[in-house]
Amino acid sequence: MDKKKSAQKETLLKVLKYVRHYWPFLILSIAAAAVTVVLTLYVPILTGEAIDYIIDKGKVDFVHVFGTLQKIGIVILLTALAQWIMNVSNNKIAYHTVQDVRNRAFQKIQILPLKYMDDHSYGEVVSRVIADVDQFSDGLLMGFTQLFTGVITILGTLLFMLTRDMGITLVVVLITPLSLFVANFIAKRTFVMFKQQSEARGEQTALVEEMIGGQKVVQAFNYEEEALEHFDEINEKLADCSLKAIFFSSLTNPCTRFVNSLVYAGVGLVGALSVINGGITVGQLSCFLSYANQYTKPFNEISGVVTELQNALACASRIFALIEEEPQTPEPDHAENLEHTDGKVDLEHVYFSYSPEIKLVQDFNLHVQPGQRVAIVGPTGCGKTTIINLLMRFYDVDSGSIRVSSRDIRSITRKSLRGSYGMVLQDTWLRTGTIRDNITMGKPDATEEEIKAAAKASHAHSFIKRLPKGYDTEITEDGGGLSQGQKQLLCITRVMLCLPPMLILDEATSSIDTRTEMHIQEAFAKMMQGRTSFIVAHRLSTIREADVILVMNNGNIVEQGDHRSLLEKNGFYARLYNSQFLSGQDMADNGSGRSAHSQR
Amino acid sequence: MRKLLIYMKDYKKESVLAPLFKLLEASFELLVPLVMARIIDRGIGNGDKHYVTIMCLLMVSLGIIGLVCSATAQYFAAKAAVGFSTKLRHALFSHIQGLSFTEMDTMGTSTLITRMTSDINQVQNGVNMVLRLFLRSPCIVFGAMIMAFTIDVKAALIFVVTIPLLSVVVFGIMLITIPLYKKTQAALDRVLGITRENLTGVRVIRAFNKEEEEKERFEVSNDTLTAMQKHVGKISGLMNPMTYVIINGALVVLLWTGAIRVDTGYITQGQLIALVNYMSQILVELIKLANLIITITKALACANRVESVLEIQSSMQDADRKSPEKAKTGSPSVEFRHVGLTYKNAGEESLTDIDFKAEKGQTIGIIGGTGSGKSSLVHLIPRFYDVTAGEVRVNGVDVRNYPIHELRQKVGMVLQKATLFKGTIRENLLWGNRGASDEELWRALEISQAKEFVDKKEDGLDTEVVQGGKNLSGGQKQRLTIARALVKNPEILILDDSASALDFATDARLRQAIGNLKDRMTVFIVSQRASSVMYADLILVMEDGRLAGAGSHGELLETCSVYREIYESQFESRQEEA
Repeated sequence: MDKKKSAQKETLLKVLKYVRHYWPFLILSIAAAAVTVVLTLYVPILTGEAIDYIIDKGKVDFVHVFGTLQKIGIVILLTALAQWIMNVSNNKIAYHTVQDVRNRAFQKIQILPLKYMDDHSYGEVVSRVIADVDQFSDGLLMGFTQLFTGVITILGTLLFMLTRDMGITLVVVLITPLSLFVANFIAKRTFVMFKQQSEARGEQTALVEEMIGGQKVVQAFNYEEEALEHFDEINEKLADCSLKAIFFSSLTNPCTRFVNSLVYAGVGLVGALSVINGGITVGQLSCFLSYANQYTKPFNEISGVVTELQNALACASRIFALIEEEPQTPEPDHAENLEHTDGKVDLEHVYFSYSPEIKLVQDFNLHVQPGQRVAIVGPTGCGKTTIINLLMRFYDVDSGSIRVSSRDIRSITRKSLRGSYGMVLQDTWLRTGTIRDNITMGKPDATEEEIKAAAKASHAHSFIKRLPKGYDTEITEDGGGLSQGQKQLLCITRVMLCLPPMLILDEATSSIDTRTEMHIQEAFAKMMQGRTSFIVAHRLSTIREADVILVMNNGNIVEQGDHRSLLEKNGFYARLYNSQFLSGQDMADNGSGRSAHSQR
Repeated sequence: MRKLLIYMKDYKKESVLAPLFKLLEASFELLVPLVMARIIDRGIGNGDKHYVTIMCLLMVSLGIIGLVCSATAQYFAAKAAVGFSTKLRHALFSHIQGLSFTEMDTMGTSTLITRMTSDINQVQNGVNMVLRLFLRSPCIVFGAMIMAFTIDVKAALIFVVTIPLLSVVVFGIMLITIPLYKKTQAALDRVLGITRENLTGVRVIRAFNKEEEEKERFEVSNDTLTAMQKHVGKISGLMNPMTYVIINGALVVLLWTGAIRVDTGYITQGQLIALVNYMSQILVELIKLANLIITITKALACANRVESVLEIQSSMQDADRKSPEKAKTGSPSVEFRHVGLTYKNAGEESLTDIDFKAEKGQTIGIIGGTGSGKSSLVHLIPRFYDVTAGEVRVNGVDVRNYPIHELRQKVGMVLQKATLFKGTIRENLLWGNRGASDEELWRALEISQAKEFVDKKEDGLDTEVVQGGKNLSGGQKQRLTIARALVKNPEILILDDSASALDFATDARLRQAIGNLKDRMTVFIVSQRASSVMYADLILVMEDGRLAGAGSHGELLETCSVYREIYESQFESRQEEA
């Protein structure tokens, strides 16, 4: 518990660090809040005073009434002003803090090691950057103001009441916490019901997902009625749980309202008796009555505010965890740019694994001469992307070294290393923007002719031309309107345009029809001429023409050599080969399995 | 929304009683200031302590009655809302189940799931709130005004001016901000989009060294978002100060008028206090009402989405006829007559002029590249889609003349995507035939080459399959889905590229086992592997939705260039090696 407290405190301090930039607004906000509360409390007093000047027929002191009303008028305007200042400052603090935190989080994403992305689902990270940040700004800043004004209100009313009448104050102080107690009582009781409800709801959602997701099977097997029966069963259960949870939780408001009316009646009783005994005036009684309402309000809200604050802190700690995540190894100060590489790549004694318990690549040596082709083959999920991860330095080797043009890739800038590779992954990724934006990613200053030439070379030009706005057609996130094959063509065009000295190709043409595939093969072949290429190969022709074949299994490089020598060896490669796994279409069938692994 | 109201039908009583009790509660609440006025005027005025005590007890009893009324109202509201949403969920689920593949394709399953779950929850919440509050808040506002009239007409006129003024401010600000909030949401979505994109495309972004550019892009949209939020915040930040000024301004006027009225003896001091109390009740309720309207707007949007799903009619009409006349003996098991298929919203035909006959007991292989129309073709046999040209016949009868259930009973379909459901292996297999014995199940498993691995499982047929079959490998799932179809003992078995995760040898054994079945079914094998179809009686070669060739392996090798191309790309090189 203490640990949790101190963690919360730590998070709070971190939040304050962000808020600190806006300290003038923070001070303004706190001051305005204080002014608002005090003035709000002052109005009932003034009203009471005014009422005391309005006693009965013919007994109205108009001069004093007018004077008091003038005061009220001024107080009202001041309060409104203070409220407005408070709102504006709060907005400023909240939204700018959120903006800063989001920017920081996003900047972090850009320098996080890929391991982080591979280990965390996208949804999780997105929800931290979007939902958690929102929740924390809303909860924390609004919760804070509410808590602050609530406390001031309670203290203020208490103070005012105490100076006027002990008896009434006692009534208020004693009865009001009842509402807190009742609210808590109900919350505790309903907690279980809500849990049951959310369980039932979860069960139902799972069923709906299963049955609607698998509707084709459901219909193929005439299973509709059974599914509906099963659904109804859960639906009834959910209805049961929901009714209980909703009903019992909805008792909170009437109950606290009842407690408030008790307070009101109590104040009325004690106050009226006190008036009769000459303790207070009628105006003061009316003031007490309105205080009774104001005093109870923060009490009714307080439990909600505390939960919200805790919730907000939890969200804040999640977002800070992201921001404070260890970034990728920074580049050394003297990191040089890799220029005009010849395409010589050497891997020496490379050891690598994603997690220490599972050893993957061990003592791997590979020497690729400029212009050579390296084919990477192996069954589905064998970890072919591991090699890409290492070459592109998405991951660092555990020990050993990778050298490009005889220079350790850790001594050169990531930018220049990655710039020397042209990469086409099976996982076709396009970003929102026009087709042109996507093609020119690697060469932003490309001319129209260059773009068209590249698109023609990759056989993308003809379909782009037919799009409503040609090269300026907007594509939505993840390529929306385009077919998988078209997306793949665009990714190839992207590399065609900048043509770096080395290539990494995931030769997955699974989504492209046979004709286009043949064209793409031609394009690939043209691209590879004179360039060192690493190809995750599925086609026999590619594999056989490769200078080096890396055979992978279970994340390990199990064999390497050229086609003939590997066959002669009669090992894993030969077995794979003979079991026809290498048939041109095989990998295509396993597309889904592969993409899951491509994250690795 | 109107269409959804029929699901309220069974809860008429509750939906009347809930607001009614709420109104009762509200009227009791309205009495409180009057009682307080009495205390001040008569109790304090006459120094009557007994009267004061009685009146205070009356207030407590008003509170108790209010509590009872409101608890009753909450119960009826909850009952009506939950009952309504339960009925609605049932109706929606059963409606969705009746939709054909065409509608499923256009709507998308994820949309439908959202409609079923979170949207209906929102609607339920909305109904609940409406029943509870929609009458209460206006009633208190107008009730307070009427009470004011009963006290003093002239003073009450202040209420008549204040209430509309307040309403204009509260609802005006709301009307202005709601569309702005929507815009802000859109801006937030863009920020979300960029974040997602950067996560999914992290490799490409880093490969192209786009980190800095992406940061800038993010900051620009983040700036836009913040600017919008601040803009909306400024407007909605006006709400509190403005309402405060209006209500308290009215209070000042009320006190001044009250002073005059008291001075002339029209009203008493206590009545003035009551008027002041009514004034403050109004503000609270108007703000509640404004919040309620936001909830209702959301719920209405969700209700409309749910309704739009309910409005979709299945494009597939079930045959009225009980059963088609007995099929003529000797008619082919499956026959395509110049079939064309254009998917909804697609411009071009996906299948064009497909024409072939499959005799009973034959094995038909269908081969072609991705997107060549292989799956579309076999999906027409169990009438997952309706043809847009020509006709498909099963046992000599147009599939549209069968009751859909009867037709699908004849067809065992194994889809490309191996879908299993939560439950035991047995439960999954029983989908094919509810009454199948264990023996039959094992036989099906044996044919589908799944016997071995099910045998190895500790619980055998009772092994639990988790949702989505995630505890099984792709190949295991495929073999189980094949077994499921075999349990059905169908006349026609369709394997839609469903052996892709099997290795060559298992695939071959599977085909052999199916071929060896006693009462031979008509088997359709869709594949990208030439090896899977080459022994079929008839091979259909698909290209761009057309039949590029039909015949036996030998015939096609000679006559069909597409087939030769496919075959050679898969075999030629191996033979060279060998």
